[in-house]
Amino acid sequence: MLRRRETLVLIVTFALLAIVPYIASITEVPFYLDLGRRMMILAIGALSLNLIMGYGGMISFGHAVFVGIGAYVIGICAEHELVTGFIQWPLALLACAVFAFIFGAISLRTRGVYFIMITLALAQMMYFLGVSLDRYGGDDGLPLAEPSDFSGLIDLGDKNSLYYLIFVLLLLCLWICKRLVNSRFGMVIQGARSNETRMQAIGFPVFRYQLTAFVIAGVMAGLAGILLANHTDFVNPDMMHWTRSGDLIIMVLLGGMGSLAGPIVGALVFILLEEALSGVTEYWQLIFGPFLILVVLFARGGLLGFLEKRGSSEEDDG
Amino acid sequence: MVDPHLLFEQLFNGVQYGILLFLLAAGLTLVFGIMDMMNLAHGSLYMLGAYIAATVALATDSFLLGIAVALPATLIVGIFLEVVILRKLYDRGHLDQVLATFGMILFFNELVRLIWGPAGIEVPLPSILNQSVTLFSIPLPLYRILVIGVGLAVAGFLYILVVKTKIGMLIRAGASNREMVGALGIDIKKIFTLVFGLGAALAALAGAMAGPIFAATIGMGENILIQVLVVIVIGGIGSIRGAFVGALLIGVIEIMGRSFLDDLFKLFLPVNAAETAAPAAASMLIYILMALVLFFRPQGLFPARSG
Repeated sequence: MLRRRETLVLIVTFALLAIVPYIASITEVPFYLDLGRRMMILAIGALSLNLIMGYGGMISFGHAVFVGIGAYVIGICAEHELVTGFIQWPLALLACAVFAFIFGAISLRTRGVYFIMITLALAQMMYFLGVSLDRYGGDDGLPLAEPSDFSGLIDLGDKNSLYYLIFVLLLLCLWICKRLVNSRFGMVIQGARSNETRMQAIGFPVFRYQLTAFVIAGVMAGLAGILLANHTDFVNPDMMHWTRSGDLIIMVLLGGMGSLAGPIVGALVFILLEEALSGVTEYWQLIFGPFLILVVLFARGGLLGFLEKRGSSEEDDG
Repeated sequence: MVDPHLLFEQLFNGVQYGILLFLLAAGLTLVFGIMDMMNLAHGSLYMLGAYIAATVALATDSFLLGIAVALPATLIVGIFLEVVILRKLYDRGHLDQVLATFGMILFFNELVRLIWGPAGIEVPLPSILNQSVTLFSIPLPLYRILVIGVGLAVAGFLYILVVKTKIGMLIRAGASNREMVGALGIDIKKIFTLVFGLGAALAALAGAMAGPIFAATIGMGENILIQVLVVIVIGGIGSIRGAFVGALLIGVIEIMGRSFLDDLFKLFLPVNAAETAAPAAASMLIYILMALVLFFRPQGLFPARSG
């Protein structure tokens, strides 16, 4: 269920995001448009991670790998002059589903610290694979010759159209997450987070449910990757680097884990903080690092948790 | 075909790299095992050790003095981190631990960039160490032999510490059931601090010794940390013996894979394809091994705890 404050936060956030292109055009700072697109793409990534991490208790430290795979499929297709989005996009999503299925099947055999380390290592493996793919740019990455082509339906080369496409897709992902979380499927996932043995005893094949959630999250992250490739016109292994996965985790926690608005707000705040701090000093991570530690020590529940504190009882974390 | 001399030489390099991995894995596996703590900042301590040792060595012209300063300095940093931050996180979920130690990595990388600049530091070897020893008519660098020697000595020391002493007994007891150890009236916090400090010192030793081989660079800690995590997963969390076997295994596979995989591939692939596939496969080798180990033995090769 969406709580009242959370709904309010979402409405305000999306209203703000909706007018960003307008602000960018009257202030004549196209950078705002760029910033807004990046925020929303990462918000999709964070939403997908929250699905398994916040609701499912599966702490994946390699989630950015699916963003990278999605982006790479677009890049590789474009390199081979396959630019029609009607083939590129399903192909990218399918690739993410396949990889998420394999990685999930391996890592979900483990729990706790092991799970974190396996997801991290598998993602790093793909990162190194990207680095050693000389055919597709290796370390330097691969410039995207052309954005995905939807034969006149929508022109992704136009930055405003791309913006609103991302906007709509973010809304769609939010809706999917809301439906999933409140469904029977979502209840099983959440039940397994608080007590896996109990769910198994009731008779749910927990592994299958968790694997399905893992694949859904992987595909959604892949969508973020597809958009990211079209946004930057560039694909590189750095998208899969483990620090990118760390960034996604930070966004989810910053906003508030296990809530629907949390990851979106977290992604927005993360990008804003990054911009603001790096404007103050070149050594901005000197501030950001300790800030994270302080958030962990003193601000449990993230921004949404802070807003909700008076409203309802706090979420337990997995 | 493969030159047997080259094969031996690379095997030697692999063992030497494995020893470095072991020095990092030994401390970290205890932290994971006993405290059930996800610590990503271990690599930062390795980097810190490398930078401090390099700076002192360059300033005083004494490599040994560099190591002698880096060890206690990093130990102090490690204990400071444990007492001020990490101690508050033991009861928290792994996620909080991941995030806080990730914050530490960002902080330390930036700190090093601020103090020492973005370029790495090359550490020259004292001339006395910069020579080679001929073994089976193959010249091997003396320094690397020394690194292996130091690593084996540390492994021996840890073995005696963990298996033969009272502290070691408490460490092992803590790894299998820390609540019980606490209930028996042992100050488990002190054990934690001790283990963490020991791990920090070993990381610094590894960093200081890695300096002349790889140079001290920003981010050196993260690259090796991931491999150390693979070592720990393969060896079994909390097990020093597992860390030792796992480290040598990963070290040898990592180095040998990079040198010989293309030759191996050429046996059954066209030359072109082999040369494209080999580097990609070599960098994935250890992760594939880890996936296999997990598939057949999810608890690692030498699980430390039964539960």
